[in-house]
Amino acid sequence: MTDETTLQGIPEPEGPTELIDTEYEIGQDNIEGNVGPFGFDIHNPVFLISGLTIVAFVFYTLALPDQANAFFGWLRPFLTSTFDWFFMGAANIFVLFCLLLIVLPVGGVRLGGRDATPDYSYVGWFAMLFAAGMGIGLMFFGVLEPVYHMAISEPLGVPSPFAEDGSLIPENVDAARTIGLAATIYHWGLHPWAIYAVVALALALFSYNKGLPLTIRSAFYPILGERVWGWWGHAIDTLAVFATLFGLATSLGFGAQQANAGLNHIFGIPDTISVQVILITAITGVALYSVLRGLDGGVKVLSEINMGLAALLLLFVLLAGPTLTILSDFASGLVAYGKDLPALSNPFGREDTGYVEGWTSFYWAWWISWSPFVGMFIARVSRGRTVREFIIAVLLVPSLVCVLWMAVFGGTAIDQVLTDPAASAVKAQVIDAYNPPMSLFAMLEGLPLASITSVVGIVLVIVFFVTSSDSGSLVIDTITAGGKIDAPVPQRVFWCTFEGAVAIVLLVGGGLGALQAMVISTGLPFTVVLLLMCWAILKGLLGEHR
Amino acid sequence: MFRHILAPVDLAHLDRLSRALEVTADLARHYGIAVTYVAVTAPQPGKVAHNPEEFSRKLKAFADEQTARHGHGADARAVISHDPAVDLDRALRQVREEIGADLVVMGSHLPTLGDYVWPSHGGKLALHTHASILLVREHED
Repeated sequence: MTDETTLQGIPEPEGPTELIDTEYEIGQDNIEGNVGPFGFDIHNPVFLISGLTIVAFVFYTLALPDQANAFFGWLRPFLTSTFDWFFMGAANIFVLFCLLLIVLPVGGVRLGGRDATPDYSYVGWFAMLFAAGMGIGLMFFGVLEPVYHMAISEPLGVPSPFAEDGSLIPENVDAARTIGLAATIYHWGLHPWAIYAVVALALALFSYNKGLPLTIRSAFYPILGERVWGWWGHAIDTLAVFATLFGLATSLGFGAQQANAGLNHIFGIPDTISVQVILITAITGVALYSVLRGLDGGVKVLSEINMGLAALLLLFVLLAGPTLTILSDFASGLVAYGKDLPALSNPFGREDTGYVEGWTSFYWAWWISWSPFVGMFIARVSRGRTVREFIIAVLLVPSLVCVLWMAVFGGTAIDQVLTDPAASAVKAQVIDAYNPPMSLFAMLEGLPLASITSVVGIVLVIVFFVTSSDSGSLVIDTITAGGKIDAPVPQRVFWCTFEGAVAIVLLVGGGLGALQAMVISTGLPFTVVLLLMCWAILKGLLGEHR
Repeated sequence: MFRHILAPVDLAHLDRLSRALEVTADLARHYGIAVTYVAVTAPQPGKVAHNPEEFSRKLKAFADEQTARHGHGADARAVISHDPAVDLDRALRQVREEIGADLVVMGSHLPTLGDYVWPSHGGKLALHTHASILLVREHED
């Protein structure tokens, strides 16, 4: 028998690559066994440390709610005001790094080996990307943010179009309208997708080309060498689990609040924490079903249905709303984004602290928290593409769709607010009384067929909730199984249930403030991980065949 | 009696399949029929191989090795799935239909309460196909 017929790993991707020669075998640190009747196959110690730490955290929040509330209330503003420059500077580095990869010769490296061919079509890929990565966020912030930045947060010092007595100041309107969109696009455009692209590229490169397990620590092999399989690697993977879980729980919290607000608006169902807890429980049940149906049978199907539904809602708002104004908003928003990008992304000497600390810092931390999750999804479907093709697709296409979404939803809402402020439900819900979960429904109220579109909106929030929860469970399961894709099914059931439980506990314990504080606290150390990852990617790419 | 045997294998856990493999080879020789060894993998690197092509080669090598050892005709079929933990049952049914196997011989664990929630792969296959299914325990009580 030749070497080829043994069952030890043979380093042969398709075409020449620089495979990392490591003694490590995928799953070698895993513990296999049974808990009662159910089998498990988990990484030791990543699963136990991350699981137990999260349980301890949840108990603290439940046992000492007042103390936890006070702590989280202090933590979020402390972190965003102290480290805003760090989050912003790091996000800028990620964008520049991605742009650099497009023009450098290493952009020609093909993920999966020189002769690899793509696994997925773009349609299925983008559907999963959006549904998993930004779905609930787009629903929650699509109306809220453009209106808020236009009227209240005054990014780059552009004054509000409303005087203190609520009257309109005509000379401020145009500039405020444009900055409202540009400042929103900044949060949903190149920067978040660059963050995702860095993690996805690292995972894809070190997994497909270097033959290492599909887990975050693999990207650090060029820096840490064999130590990456020890405690350094355990710490990196554990941090990735925290970041994903809290990032996910935050989204679930947003989703529950918005679905509840919509149900209250249409059917008069009370808007309370108890209803939100019931919603999270019920929707987690649906996510469980989806997780049991698998990636292709559950997650992908739901994602595609949801993207179809979202596209229909987008089209409806575009046609029923002020179509020409929206199209002009899309163009002017993009131009303003390009023009204001250097000023918006400047981390130092900013006077618009309400915008920078209240929004940008939080977003960057949130996206960074989401990055292991969305990054792994992108990695799983990106085999066979060159680095250049990959970066251009991940950076530009989703950014443009987000810009379109914000122009349609935000542009329509801004138009309603500015055309007839007194009658605008959006003004009442966002500017006069700050009620974020209602913002989408308030905008839809100003269009025909509001009761139908609002129901569609609620369905979308709920299904986005499901697709985030099920795909998040798959990702956390892979990380805590040491990069194994085929770990026993009960493990993903555990993580799916656990995510719902954490979202519930944090909602009860401290509302969204607690969730957001946890996102920022895990996003902060993970930013350092991502910065080092850029260096590791460069080192990894330099040795590859082009 | 039978025309073709389908033998699902897990290349990462061959140590748990020694009796099932022995029985498969015995039956193939006894009836003078061929065996198709089938295994499911993800596109990502796993314990057995770095990519699907390498996995397919290893499965083929495994089938050849069984032929050399036992003298029966054998083929190999690797199924690539995005989510093998969930897609395995469907993949086995599909391959069985494609190759027209009328006997499936596979290893199976001892039953537990968990099988009421997640039945064993062999149990599911028996529920959904018209072929004969022979489940072989590596150990009895």
